[in-house]
Formats: sequence, C-alpha cells, structure tokens
Amino acid sequence: MKIVVASGKGGTGKSTFSANFAWSISRSRDVVLVDCDVEEPNLHLFFPGDTSESEVTVLNPAFDMERCDLCGKCGDFCRYGAIAVLPKQILFFKDLCHACGGCRIICPNEAISETERVIGKVWDAPVDEHLRLISGVLNEGEPNGIPVIKAAKEAAEGNDLVIYDSSPGTACPVIETIEGSDYVVLVTESTPFGLHDLRLAAEVVRKLGIPAGVVINRSDGEDDETEAFCRKAGLPIQMKIPFDREIARLQSRGDLFSVAMPEWQDEFVNLLDDICTRTGGAQ
Amino acid sequence: MKRIAVISGKGGTGKTMITGALATLAEGDLVFADCDVDAANLELLFEPEIETTEAYRGMQVADIDQDLCIQCGNCEEYCRFGAIEYRDERFYVDPVKCEGCAVCTLVCPADATAMKDRVSGEIFYSRTDRGPLAHARLEPGSGTSGLLVSEVKKRVNERAADRDLLITDGPPGIGCPLIATVTGMDAVLIVTEPSTSGLHDLGRVVKVARNFGVDMYVAINKYNLEESVAARIEKYCDDEGIPVVGRIPFDPTVIEAIRNRTPVTAYDCPAADALRAMWDTLAAALGRE
Repeated sequence: MKIVVASGKGGTGKSTFSANFAWSISRSRDVVLVDCDVEEPNLHLFFPGDTSESEVTVLNPAFDMERCDLCGKCGDFCRYGAIAVLPKQILFFKDLCHACGGCRIICPNEAISETERVIGKVWDAPVDEHLRLISGVLNEGEPNGIPVIKAAKEAAEGNDLVIYDSSPGTACPVIETIEGSDYVVLVTESTPFGLHDLRLAAEVVRKLGIPAGVVINRSDGEDDETEAFCRKAGLPIQMKIPFDREIARLQSRGDLFSVAMPEWQDEFVNLLDDICTRTGGAQ
Repeated sequence: MKRIAVISGKGGTGKTMITGALATLAEGDLVFADCDVDAANLELLFEPEIETTEAYRGMQVADIDQDLCIQCGNCEEYCRFGAIEYRDERFYVDPVKCEGCAVCTLVCPADATAMKDRVSGEIFYSRTDRGPLAHARLEPGSGTSGLLVSEVKKRVNERAADRDLLITDGPPGIGCPLIATVTGMDAVLIVTEPSTSGLHDLGRVVKVARNFGVDMYVAINKYNLEESVAARIEKYCDDEGIPVVGRIPFDPTVIEAIRNRTPVTAYDCPAADALRAMWDTLAAALGRE
C-alpha cells in the first residue's frame, strides 16, 4: 500500500499529519515514511536521530574542447537553453539542464560525455524498530528536485506500507510523488485559500485516476463550503483535526501530538483501515 | 520601479495575507504579480477584472505517429524521463512525464516521433482597485512552473514598467519557481512562523536568496504562538544580519478576513496594527516615504 499525503496549498499541515499518521500506525506494524517535499523537508525535525546519507546526482554534459569544432548542434538541440555555443567557446548553464542526454547524442564529433553532479541527498533514518524515515533533500540553489524525489521513492521500494509526504502545489514535484501510488490523502484547511487549492489538487488526482480522501486540519467548525465541495467531488472526509492551541504548540516544537494525546493513535489506525477498505486492499 | 517579493520557504506561513495587506498600505502607483502559479490565491483577495488572457505554451510534448512507428523501441530506451510506455504492443508518450527534450525525435529511425505544442495554462493581466495584476493558472499536473513565473514577470515588465512599486506574491519552496521569482527583485520579505519547521525552512530559503544579491527582510507571523521558537528566529536573523521588520500576533480576525476575502488591514485588530508598523519599517528600508 502506497499512500501519498498532498495538499495543493502549503502549510495546511501535511507534514504534521504524515508524521503523526505514520508514527501512530507504526505502533502495530512496519511503516516507511518518505519525505518527498525535497525543497523544504521537515519530517526529520519530528524524528531526530542517526541517519545514513547517500548523494543524489544528475548527468551533465562535459565538453572535450580538443574534439569540439563549435558546430553549434548541441546548442540548437537543447530545448532548455542550457548550452550556448559562441564563436570561440561553449557556455553551459547547469541550472537549466534537464539531463536528457540529447547533446551527447547529437554531437557529430563525440566531443560530449556526461559527468555526475551532486544536487541533493537522501537521508535514511531508522526511527525505531517499526518506523523508518527516508528524506529527500534538495541542495540549496538547485532548481530541480525531481531526481531527488525519484531517489527517495526508490529507497523505499519493496516495503509493504509506505507513506509519502508531498510538496505543496500541483506542479511536477507533486505529480512525481503521486505517480504509482494507491491512494492520496488531501490535507486542507477551511479557508477560501485552502478550498481553492484543494480543488486544484483534487483535479490532479482525478486526472491521474487515483482514489483520494480529505483530512480537514485546524477545523474550527466552519467547514461547510469544504464539505459541500467534497460531497460534489465524491471525496470522503476521513478525518477532522480541530484547531487546538495545544496541538499547534506541540507541532511548533517539533513534537508529535499523537504521543501527547494518545487517543489520536486509534484515530489514525482507523483511518488506515478506512483507506484499505476503500482501495479494496487486504492490508 | 522598485521590486519586492513576498516569499517563505515553508508554505502556508501567510505570504498571500501579507501581500494583500501591503497592497492596501503602500502608496504610489502599484503593480502586482502572483508568482505562486500552481496555487495562485491573490486573486481571491483582489477580485481582479481580467483584461487579457493568453494561452501559456510551456515545453512541447512528444507524439508518436503509430502509422510510421516500426516498434524499434529506441525512444523508450533513450528517454530519461520514463515518458514512453509500451502497452498493447505499441509505444505511447505519457504527456505528464514528457519533459519535451526531443531526444526521442533524435533516435527514431522512422521519423515517427515529433514535437507538438501544448497549452499548459493561462496568463492573465487584470485590473484591480490597487493597480494592475499579472497572474496565471498552471494546468494542474503540468511541469514548467518556473517558466510560467518568468512569463508572469515579463507581463509586468512589458506593460507596467512605469509603476513605482511591484509587489509579488511568491511560491513556497526553494526550487525553480522560487528562483524564477527572486531573479531581478530588489528585495524579498520572507514570511516565517515560530515553529521548528518554519525556522528550518527560513534557513534554506535565505541560503538561496543570498545568491541573488537582494535585500532581505523577515516577518514573523503568529509570533506569539510559540515565543521560544520566535526568539530563536530573532537570534538567527540577527546572526545573519537580516532585519526582522514584522512581528504579527496570532489573531483570529486574520482567518475571518480571509473568509470574507478582504485584506486584514480593513479590520481594526492587533494583526492589522502590526502589519501597519511592519510596512512603515519596510517602506523606510526600501527608500519610500
């Protein structure tokens, strides 16, 4: 079972939800939690401890100027504008390169090879006997987190129950995270901003054809509009987490509210059961 | 024109709320840009009247002509994005995964692959009570949001370069949309909140913004929700030499204002007072009034 936690809008409580959900269900079973919000990974703040680290690299072109005759084919081919061939030299803009490998193929002089460049890392942390946290971390200044998301997901392959915490938004990092999952939990808040972005996120999961449910975080009872939207969109509201100063305070400090408020552990276990029922999974 | 972007690193710290407040507080000829293109919210506060709508064509997408395809599998072998899928004994392009690199057209021996235009969203230029607004809608699930951010900013440069101040609502994160937003700004106002994740993400976005030589300012939203962490943020900013220009208290009126789609400065409340004080400091720092 692969469950993605997404939101559309940032700051609705994805990471807080994911951390408490994963920790609660790991009291009775093995869980791998994957932080795919590689631009701003936060889950490790909830689970401090030892980690092992591996590098994430992408392939960038390297130009052999002995062989290069400055024909310009690579620059013409590159659709990302990453290569500029000037009369006497080649300029390569690493931040624009998507590592497609096209320049190497098109070069008639075999002047281009590819070298690995580090853009981020994957942290692997055994939180305890039943919970493992894998975090994708994009290096500051790097524009493209997709290869880091891929690497973090790969590191979690082969496990029965994996929970992926997505980045906010509805663009490529979210798609990359959701790709191949069985279920998406959309964490929202009952404000016009939250609802507007929930609509967008719901459209993404509908397009990808993945079943989804909604968790309303910081609920203060004024959830009518969100509930009406969910009814219309066929999205079940599977949990409401109330607005509560104590929960906010625990979260601010990097503590898990399901530890301080153990009654929530059963709620999260029930939520997993509900998801399994809805996906027809035998988990 | 002075250019300022409201950014945050961590999502949901209150960027759009603060951008909306700045719009009511700043004087002179203003222009706005919503660069959070995949979850644009500024329009919810502004009720813009759309003047022009343009189709946004991002990267092209590959397409396979099944009549010409000889099933050699080269495209699948060379595609680094896993965008070619084989099913029912045919090769297809998955448009969601295709990044438009065109390598498949290079390796196809039968000329069966071609690149086609696709519409990945819309770019709007609108009128609001406070000045023009450039904004966009990214087709949910599309890539190239950084490119769309650049397009939004281009509209401001083309049509509103004579305004006094550009106020930009930025995206969360530190990746390409954020980098595209910060490029060319004079200053950034970084909105954070007193949580360990807020502080952590502040540190990451500061590292990125440093590369751009922009002036940096910090606003701590809901600063009194966890004063011990707020104190750590103040210390961090002090060490980094970044002025903390705003300390906005937790105030239920903020939620009420957002639910009424009104800038919070329209209310008489502690958050509005703090935002006014913040703007006074920021305006002086920006060399305005």
